[in-house]
Amino acid sequence: MERQDAGRSSTLDEPTVADRHASHPVRSARAGAPSRRDSARGATDHTHEFLARTLGWFSIGLGLAELLAPGRVARMAGLKDDHRLLLGASGLREITMGLGILSERRPAGWMWSRVGGDALDLALLAGALSGSQGNRKRTVAAMLAVAGVAAVDCFASRRLSRMAGWTTDDGAVRVNTSIVIDSSPESLYQFWRDFANLSRFTEHVEAVTIYDRQHSHWVVKGPAGYRVEWNAEITEDEPNRKIGWRTTSYAEIEHQGSVEFTPAPGGRGTMVHVEMDYHVPAGVLGASIATLFGNEPGQQIQSDLRRLKQIIEVGEVLRSDGSLTGKGRLPQRSAQPAEATA
Amino acid sequence: MKANCWYGAGDVRVEQVPDPKILNRRDVILKVTSTAICGSDLHLYNGLMPTMKAGDILGHEFMGEVVEVGSEVNNLQVGDRVVTAFPIACGRCLFCRQELFSLCENSNPNAWMAEKMLGHSPSGIFGYSHMLGGFAGGQAEYARVPFADVGTIKIPEGIPDEQVLFLSDIFPTGYMAAENCQIRGGDTIAVWGCGPVGQFAIRSAFLLGAERVFAIDRFSERLRMAEEGGAETIQYEEEGVYDRLMDMTGGRGPDACIDAVGMEAHGPGMLAAYDRMKQAVGLESGRPYALREAIMCCRNGGTVSIIGVYGGFIDKFPIGSVMNRSLTIKTGQAHVQRYMRPLLERIQRGEIDPSTIITHRMRLNEAPEAFAKFNRKEDRCVKIVLKP
Ligand SMILES: [Zn+2]
Ligand SMILES: [Zn+2]
Repeated sequence: MERQDAGRSSTLDEPTVADRHASHPVRSARAGAPSRRDSARGATDHTHEFLARTLGWFSIGLGLAELLAPGRVARMAGLKDDHRLLLGASGLREITMGLGILSERRPAGWMWSRVGGDALDLALLAGALSGSQGNRKRTVAAMLAVAGVAAVDCFASRRLSRMAGWTTDDGAVRVNTSIVIDSSPESLYQFWRDFANLSRFTEHVEAVTIYDRQHSHWVVKGPAGYRVEWNAEITEDEPNRKIGWRTTSYAEIEHQGSVEFTPAPGGRGTMVHVEMDYHVPAGVLGASIATLFGNEPGQQIQSDLRRLKQIIEVGEVLRSDGSLTGKGRLPQRSAQPAEATA
Repeated sequence: MKANCWYGAGDVRVEQVPDPKILNRRDVILKVTSTAICGSDLHLYNGLMPTMKAGDILGHEFMGEVVEVGSEVNNLQVGDRVVTAFPIACGRCLFCRQELFSLCENSNPNAWMAEKMLGHSPSGIFGYSHMLGGFAGGQAEYARVPFADVGTIKIPEGIPDEQVLFLSDIFPTGYMAAENCQIRGGDTIAVWGCGPVGQFAIRSAFLLGAERVFAIDRFSERLRMAEEGGAETIQYEEEGVYDRLMDMTGGRGPDACIDAVGMEAHGPGMLAAYDRMKQAVGLESGRPYALREAIMCCRNGGTVSIIGVYGGFIDKFPIGSVMNRSLTIKTGQAHVQRYMRPLLERIQRGEIDPSTIITHRMRLNEAPEAFAKFNRKEDRCVKIVLKP
């Protein structure tokens, strides 16, 4: 009855979790394809890192100024003194982001936070403008300056995202993610190889029609009822180990992908590793397709894999009141029972 | 049905909402007979928890009578009286199999949100934000319980609700805080925070063999309750906690320190004001005053057990003290399912009476008043039980 044994503590040395961490696309790329890209990186990448570093120091400098001399910064930006408090808060924010950028070698995430901060500054200045306090001319000048900095921030962020492995050299978006599932490589391969099963756990795949052992047709649901369809063919099929596929002929989202099943160490299930490269077309269509895959490629597929894990380990996808379908990225409802549940 | 819904900081309302239905095969639906307001509900009430949505039903401490049973629940029947564990856990994944239920890998449909905040996702929790699943809570007339075959315990007839309701959270939570101290007979334990979890941590420390327990708070009624539980008390506004603890331990410090306060700690001085300011502008999500003090006070080679809830990031963490003095930090949301059976047995044997910490009994309808009262610690309020 006494349950004091120290062995059963919450510090679980779990190699599977560590592995999932290691193969997360944002944090580090897996050995293989990405390293090929790494060696191809030229000196320009270092320039972008330098640019980020400069912006990092800029953040800290501006932050210190806003914090230590809010009155002067306010006057320079044509703001009234009652904006001092806001400037102080914005100063702390700038310093935090600056330190964040400087402390990481590929600070893509922190750089995007600068872009967000720029938006906040612009909103603050726009508010001052519409309130017509202070000096309008100076405020407009400050807005232009912030907008300029925002443009640089955006540019550096995009470059750094590419370097962090979110996109490949030819512009394709690279997704690289994995999960550990308590099952054998054999049964997971069987489950996945029957593409009809994919609609059970992926958020957007509505239906897969199997033509023959190699060819299939996919219907994928996008935002606002928009539908995308494509034909796919199997390019690689190693029973119980790996399945590779790619879109054939004209596809609105041209992509190729593979899924690998490897036994996890210690007999703790199977590591399922998915890698996908896809090209998003330009224009309005491209934009709506980009939202389909989420802002951060990989997150989407990670959520899909988590539902696959639920189906294999507990038999069905868990639903909550906030995400009635269990497909969490879709718009969240309030966490209260729905009138009529599907 | 009626339910207590969240609408923003300081704004909860009892509203008419649809009745819950079975959504998964291992669900049951409970007719709630008793539910409680938790100290951690105040983090939601004060708007400190991200990913809340207007209309969310609150409450993760509840019990009731089974009125509907999913097709794959084999150990429960309509009419059973059960208490529900606050973490939702599948019972089958790697973590559940090791009884680390609050780390279940299969119970949070919105795991991606928690991953962004925390790196990895813990289990889903009833009525505790969308980041932790978006599950409706139990401050309602009825509640849906997913994975009910694992997440409930049947209560034998004859034991009143008030004796067993706290098996849902605060008794196991306080007990785990004490268990994490790895108490050996004769140990001295210090507990920061004499709220409900602190009260159970104090009592559990004695159950597990502690010789002396020091309890730290500023509210006299809470300190008195701690004294009733056998603790020696320190009023931190009146005396320096560090000096007093060293005094009582011959300068060595307590063998283990429990932080039962969490992210809304109050404290004196500059550092506390600094934390308040940073929390206000969103640069720090917790005010870790109690935790810093617990670390500094703990004896060399001792254990710091964190059970108060933290949500994100804290500052000025005295890692040098932890490292140079070989401290062990143990923490986690309670793995409630692991403790419900053994703690129910302790209650049945009369080793502890959890109902002694209840100070207020109110109707579900009065939830908004109850939250306001509890938040302001008015009327010597320590624990409120609501009856639908
Ligand atoms: Zn609680
Ligand atoms: Zn589990």
